[in-house]
Amino acid sequence: MWIKGYKLPAMSSLLVWGLLWEIIGQMGLTFFVPPLSEVFVTLFKIIGTPAFLKALSETAQAFLAGVFFSIAIGIPVGILMGRSRLLDELLLPWVNIFVSAPLTALVPVLMVLFGFGMKSIIITTTLFGIWIIILNTRAGVRQINRSLVEMAASFGASPMDAFVKVYFWAALPEILGGVRIGVIRAVKGVIIGQLLISIVGFGALFELYASNFLMSHFWAVLIVLFALAFSISEFLAYLEKKVSYYAASR
Amino acid sequence: MVMSQTKSAFADAGPLADDIAVSVRGVSKNYGDVEALKDMSLEFPRGQLTSLLGPSGCGKTTLLKIIAGLLKPDTGEILVNGKPVTGPGPNRSFVFQDFALLPWANVMRNVAFGLELRGVAKSEREDRASKYIHNVGLQGFEKAYPHELSGGMRQRVGLARALSVDSKVLLLDEPFSAVDEQTRRKFQEDLLALVANENKTFIFVTHSIEEAVYVSDQIAVLLPRPSRVSEIIRPASFRSKSVENIRRDPEYLDIVDEIWASLRNYVE
Repeated sequence: MWIKGYKLPAMSSLLVWGLLWEIIGQMGLTFFVPPLSEVFVTLFKIIGTPAFLKALSETAQAFLAGVFFSIAIGIPVGILMGRSRLLDELLLPWVNIFVSAPLTALVPVLMVLFGFGMKSIIITTTLFGIWIIILNTRAGVRQINRSLVEMAASFGASPMDAFVKVYFWAALPEILGGVRIGVIRAVKGVIIGQLLISIVGFGALFELYASNFLMSHFWAVLIVLFALAFSISEFLAYLEKKVSYYAASR
Repeated sequence: MVMSQTKSAFADAGPLADDIAVSVRGVSKNYGDVEALKDMSLEFPRGQLTSLLGPSGCGKTTLLKIIAGLLKPDTGEILVNGKPVTGPGPNRSFVFQDFALLPWANVMRNVAFGLELRGVAKSEREDRASKYIHNVGLQGFEKAYPHELSGGMRQRVGLARALSVDSKVLLLDEPFSAVDEQTRRKFQEDLLALVANENKTFIFVTHSIEEAVYVSDQIAVLLPRPSRVSEIIRPASFRSKSVENIRRDPEYLDIVDEIWASLRNYVE
């Protein structure tokens, strides 16, 4: 946005909202909204504590593992579905069901199947992230220019070469779009897992702070989480931009 | 002059069986109820350029893709150097109408991609690619990406890629239809030089009558519904002339008129 010839940095509107938060907090209308300044003071106070670092590392482990499985399984499955009619017919209904299903309702079933530990949390995270990655990869592969496919075939590409050297790259803009949304959903998955399955990581902190009405602590952890999710999403959006030079001319 | 006589004498005699690089024998292809090709037979002399010319819907691209092994015929067979075609093979390479370049790879990698898929080591394939990048006049653009090139230059990349795998048969699917008129004329002249210098068989699909007559040693005129070869024309006198005299040659003009007379009824 431009004001009187000066370009405002991206997201400077956040300052306005932050100010509004501070004012409401200072007015002391509700215990639920402490002043933003107080939240930040708390944030810097807790950010180095062992409890916070432990929560961060537990959450990061579950999140990274879940994202890894979503990508490592989701992309090949999506490519195969995009290229094979049979696999597509077999799997598409399930993918469509799961991408729109309220996965939180499945979590108790996962607990029964996989126990109350890290394994269930990772599986929950994967389940949140994987479906949109599959769908986007599939869509990306289906719109690959037919003559690129024929080109690979006419020069005698092995199926593996065709996947790795042509299909993957040709679908990369869509794949990255899917990964970005999948990762955002995986953040949801990991917190829901930590709240429902076993009270660890950031889930445990939320539970602790909320039940003790430590609102500025609660908001501080939430801000950290939002900032992390937002940075990851922005990083992936940046990668998407890097391949956009050829997205238009495929 | 002597050359022209030997060449026309050769044309009159007709090609010997040994000089046939590709033969199409009784090929039919249906898409559902639509007959794309019906019992088509055609021979392509070695070392020459044969055009497949016809109105849209006559099955010329379908035939080319069957020869390439990209499509399977319902009946009939294709022989390349006497051996039946079962799929794509290293003895044929394809030039695509829309270039089919990898947009994420630079000119060097695109030209070398055919060799890369055949497992040629990086240094060797880049040596060979460099040679053909030079041949098609793209030296200095090795590091450029396709979206930075004009349509004509992109097709030069496609051509260099097809040449660098050194197949004996080159299949060109309306290669110049997506480039502008002036670039196309330059391409046509370059193609004549290529046919003269490279010992390869060219099969060239086009919908332009002038283009077909200008570049071809042999023109197969295809007609639709049902798709068939209506005639085969072998220009005799102007093939050996220099490129700037061809379009003024009486035989050139006669053949163009003759083909248009037989095609005009099939054009909507």
